[in-house]
Formats: sequence, C-alpha cells, structure tokens
Amino acid sequence: MANEYLVEVSHLKQYFPIRSGFKTIPLKAVDDVSFNIRPGETLGLVGESGCGKTTVGRTLLRLYKPTDGTVTFNGTEVTDKNIHALRKEMQMVFQDPYSSLNPRMTVEDIIGEPLDVHKLYSTRAERHEKVMELMETVGLNADHATRYAHEFSGGQRQRIGIARALAVDPKFIVCDEPVSALDVSIQAQVVNMFEDLQKQRGMAYLFIAHDLLVVRHISNRIAVMYLGHMMEMADSKELMDHPIHPYTESLLSAVPIPDPKTARSSQRIVLEGDVPSPLNMPTGCPFRTRCKYATDQCAAQRPELRDRGNGHFVACWNR
Amino acid sequence: MAKDLKRAPFSAQVDLSKFHMEDFDQATEEEKRQQEVMGESTTFFKDGMRRLRRNPLAMGSIVVLILIIAVCLLAPKIVPYGYADIMKGSNNLGPFEYSAAELAKIDAGEEVFPHIFGTDSLGRDYFIRVVYGARVSLGVGIFASLLVLIIGLLYGSISGYMGGRVDMYMMRVVDIIYSLPDMLLIILLAVVLNETLAPKIQGTVLAKLGVNMISLFIVFGLLYWVSMARLIRGQILTIKQNEYVLAAKCIGTSTPRIIRRHILPNCLSVIIITTALQIPSAIFTESYLAFVGLGVSAPMPSLGSLANEARGGLQTYPLRLFFPALTICLIVLALNLLGDGLRDAFDPKLSR
Ligand SMILES: Nc1ncnc2c1ncn2[C@@H]1O[C@H](COP(=O)(O)OP(=O)(O)OP(=O)(O)O)[C@@H](O)[C@H]1O
Ligand SMILES: [Mg+2]
Repeated sequence: MANEYLVEVSHLKQYFPIRSGFKTIPLKAVDDVSFNIRPGETLGLVGESGCGKTTVGRTLLRLYKPTDGTVTFNGTEVTDKNIHALRKEMQMVFQDPYSSLNPRMTVEDIIGEPLDVHKLYSTRAERHEKVMELMETVGLNADHATRYAHEFSGGQRQRIGIARALAVDPKFIVCDEPVSALDVSIQAQVVNMFEDLQKQRGMAYLFIAHDLLVVRHISNRIAVMYLGHMMEMADSKELMDHPIHPYTESLLSAVPIPDPKTARSSQRIVLEGDVPSPLNMPTGCPFRTRCKYATDQCAAQRPELRDRGNGHFVACWNR
Repeated sequence: MAKDLKRAPFSAQVDLSKFHMEDFDQATEEEKRQQEVMGESTTFFKDGMRRLRRNPLAMGSIVVLILIIAVCLLAPKIVPYGYADIMKGSNNLGPFEYSAAELAKIDAGEEVFPHIFGTDSLGRDYFIRVVYGARVSLGVGIFASLLVLIIGLLYGSISGYMGGRVDMYMMRVVDIIYSLPDMLLIILLAVVLNETLAPKIQGTVLAKLGVNMISLFIVFGLLYWVSMARLIRGQILTIKQNEYVLAAKCIGTSTPRIIRRHILPNCLSVIIITTALQIPSAIFTESYLAFVGLGVSAPMPSLGSLANEARGGLQTYPLRLFFPALTICLIVLALNLLGDGLRDAFDPKLSR
C-alpha cells in the first residue's frame, strides 16, 4: 500500500502575532497538533469554543500559513507552490452560513466559482448543467439558482456552501461546525446529508463540532482538543465508552445519555475555573489548572500524545 | 387533522403527548411546496433604485443635472455666438437687449438671436460664456473625481487587502500627504508650471486647457485621492473579515479575482456615493482657483473666472455675478443632494 493515510498532519503550529503596546506576543491558537485521516474516513474534532478547532482546519488548508509543522496530502507535502492544484482535492464547509456566502452573487455564481477557477467546463451550458446537478445533490430547488444568498434560510445557505465545496469533487472536506449555526431540527438533516454524500463519493471528513453529541454518529474516530493541544484521540466507540483523559471524561459527563442501560456510573463532572487565556498558557499540561489529578509533574512538563494500544492516544501523565 | 387541538391550561403550547401519529395527515406535495415559496427576488441594485426613486430631492436633482448637461451640450449648437466672439457696439447689454446694429438688422427683416443673459464689457454673448463655463467646471469636476477614484481605489484596495506591515507603511504615506496644505501646493505648482511647462505645450491641446488646469489635475492626482484611499481601505478591512472571502481563497480564487468579484462589489455603494460627493468639491476648488486668477486661461471661461470678472462692475451689472454664481450653486447643490440620496438608497446603515 502506497500510503495508508490521505491526510497526515504532523506537529502543526499556528501562532498569531498579537500586538500589545510595543511588543508582539504570540497567541498560540494551535500548538503541536498531529493526526492522520484515512481515505473515506471521518475524524471528529471536538473542543470548547476558542480552543483552536477552526484554526486547525484553516491552517491545514493553508488559508493561514502555518507557523510550523507539515501537512501531507496523498503522500505529497502541501506547500505554497502546489496548494493551488490541491485545492481541487481539499475543500472546506464554513462555520457561519450567513457570512460565508457573498451577498452580491447569485447561487449559480457561488456554486459555479470553483468551476470557473479550475476551468472545469468548456461551455456555458456545461457550467449551468453542472451547477444544477450540484444543487440537486444537496437538495436545493433548481429554480433558486438565480437568487441571492440572503433570500435563503440558514439550512439552505449551508447547503449552498456544501455544493460549493463539492463542485471540484474533492477527496477531503473540512467541515467546520457546519451545523452549529442551524436549528436543532435542521441539524440532523444536514448531518445526514453529509453521511449520504460520504457514502456516494467516498470522501474523507475532518468534522469539527463543539460537542460530542453531533460528531459521535458521523465519526469513525474522535479527537479532543483543549487550548490548542490535542488531548485524546481514539475510535469513536472506544472514546465514548472508555475515555481516559480527565478532560474528555468531563466533556462526556455533560452529554445526555440516550439509553439508561448503558448509563455511565460516573456522576456529572463539573470543571472548576475558566479556560486560561491562550496568550497566557499554563506551563506543562494546558489542562492542569482545572484538573483534579494534577501533580507537580504536570506543571513541569507537557505530556506527549502516546498510544495506549488500539490507536487510543492520550496526553496525560496520570491516567 | 382529526382531533381538535387541546391546549394545556395557562399555556399556548399544544400538548403533543395527547396525539398519536395517526392523528396527523401527511403533508401533500402541494402543501410542501407552499413551505418553499419565497418572496420576489430582488437584487441589491433594484432595491436601491426603488428607494432612490421614492426620494423627491434626489429625483429633482437628477432632473436639474440632466437639464444643465443638456443645455451645456446643445446650446453651442443652437446659439450662433462663440464664447470668444466680440461684437462691436454690443458691450454691456442687459438680458434680451439688442445693440443699435442688431436693431437695424431686425428692422431690415433679418433674424437676430437674442442675448439671453446680455453681453459682457467686451461685447461677448454672456449666455454662451456661462454655458462654456459650466462645461469647464463640470468637466473638471468629473475628470478630477475619476482621477481621485482610480488612484484611491488602487491604493486603498491594495493597502486594505494586504493588511499588516504593507498596510501600515502605505497608510503612513497617506498621513503625510494628508498633512500637506493643498491650496498652497496648487498655487505654487501653478506658478512653477507656468514658468516651465507653458512654452513646451504651446500649440497642443493642452495649451487650450491652460497650465493652471494641468496643475489642478496634478494636485488632485497627487493629493486628493488620500481620503478616497482611506475610505476604501477601511471598507475592505471590514469586508475581508467575512468568511466568503476566505471561502473564495479556499476554492483557489486568485487575489485579483477575489478583489474584483468579492470585495469591490461589496463596497461599490460607498465608492459611488463618495465619487458623487467628490464632484462638487472638485468644482468648488476649481471655481475658487479661477476666482483668485488661477483658472483656465482666457478667453476660455469657467464659472469661477466669470464671477471674478463680474466683480469689477458689480454695482452697475450685478446680474453678471448672479448668473455664474447661480449655475455653480445649482450644480453643486444638485450633486450634493444626489449624493445624499444615493447614500440613503444604497447604504441605509450610513444615514443617521
Ligand atoms: N486570525 C486570527 N488572528 C488572531 N487570533 C485568532 C485568529 N483566529 C483565531 N484566533 C484566536 O485563536 C483562538 C482559537 O480560535 P478558533 O477560531 O480556532 O477557535 P474555535 O475552536 O474554532 O472556536 P469556536 O468553537 O468558537 O469556533 C482564539 O483564541 C481566537 O481568538
Ligand atoms: Mg470555529
């Protein structure tokens, strides 16, 4: 097998320079994050608001230039030189369906733009036909092609954004909280659509969400982030049933349990204190300020993400 | 629906637990389609034009401007006098008065075109001079504004889009230019160019325009674009934050295309409005310079130089100041009201 993984992210860092007075201090939005995604697989990425999930997705796609680290797609390292061609393979669905569509463009032009940019048609008629096909794929009414984005509901807008990402027929899509701006009733529809599309086209997803409830259906594996760091990564079921990291435990205890028979014995764990500012990170383990198991070692040294067997990765000294 | 909807007491909510699936009918295709019905599709432009048409001041201004422009274009074809034609014996006539020679012609049965605004002290038809003056003023206003627009647009969009360090240096340049005294520069430049440039352009089209006008354009090109550049940069900085710009980048859209397709259309309204408001300010500058003697070269009139010439005989011939002054007022007022109307129509957020 040439390469087992479609996307390999290793030691990715993204520091934003923040100017305060005369100094510039780095805001460590993503600090040393590594993960791999197989073809056709879905990796769920969860974490609290502001922990750097969006930044991981955007840096991975080189919408931001990484401070350090590499991203490899299909065996080739992504660089500024080859990124243009790779944009046909990797796409993104954005978090906010309201600001991710240009209000001065019709739906047809929004979905047709990737076709324009990569010259994927020879005649106007072919372009129109392709756009119609895409609209049908995501369940949009073809009559709406000449309308402007502001005339649509949130769910419909997100479908337009998905059609735009699908236009180049990518192998990998970063779905950045594609449903968190939508009504609960519509969330399920859109998540189901993502699943159907994956079955039809065999795409891989990095599916970002801020709670486990949304990702656990769609993901094969789940990664948990905290303050720009990866805390735990394992198969979906394994992570849900046997969380190791105390942060994952607390996240899971907040998820309502649908079936009382499988109810976990543990009580709901409420974290104390606030998330520290990414400008002023704690030394060592980023979670230690809120962790009940924290020891001196946690403050002295950052735990590495280590395999605990069966591809269950955890970054913790004590568990 | 079979059963009546029962509400819990004290609650507006229907208690759904009292119903079974069978109580509900499936929605027909027709009913489903009704849910999809959307309002009439309106584009941003159509919407703005509708609001503009409802604004009487703006519509009045458009009518006034169209009239003025029509007169400017047609009058030289209809009126048989040139702006520099001196008619012996016709000096200082009042509106619709005729000189002795012209009266004799009329008696002989010839048609003589009336002097609508009278004549000036040299015997030139004043109406045609005011018309040419308005042409010069409008031309200067429009060209200077276009110049400002092009330079400001290029500079502002590059600065805003690049951001960071590039933006910082480009904006410091703007700050420096902002602090230069513009009037002083125009006057100095006009004097210097008069010495150096005047002999070189003798006999070309530029000579007709006059060195003063050239220096006016140069100064507009050098100095006046800064506020336009600042405005466009500010707009672009906010528009750049929108995820659709990032989405375009993600698709692989090139930077020029992103600016053209995604950023500029979204600040177009501000650009149009500011340009419309820039024209009267350029006209004012030109009139002011002409009034202090730095306008177009004689005998070409401009509204400002006409007003300046009228100053001498103000006591005896007050109408000669009145006509060019009225024309300036009409043009500037109409453009300002139109600009305000455009702003209200296309950028509702900006108005109060
Ligand atoms: N362009 C930027 N410049 C500076 N700081 C940034 C930038 N983008 C993000 N940040 C900071 O990086 C951190 C991570 O942000 P990010 O948007 O990746 O979080 P997130 O996990 O996606 O949160 P959410 O769930 O709210 O979307 C935040 O502290 C944010 O303020
Ligand atoms: Mg986010």
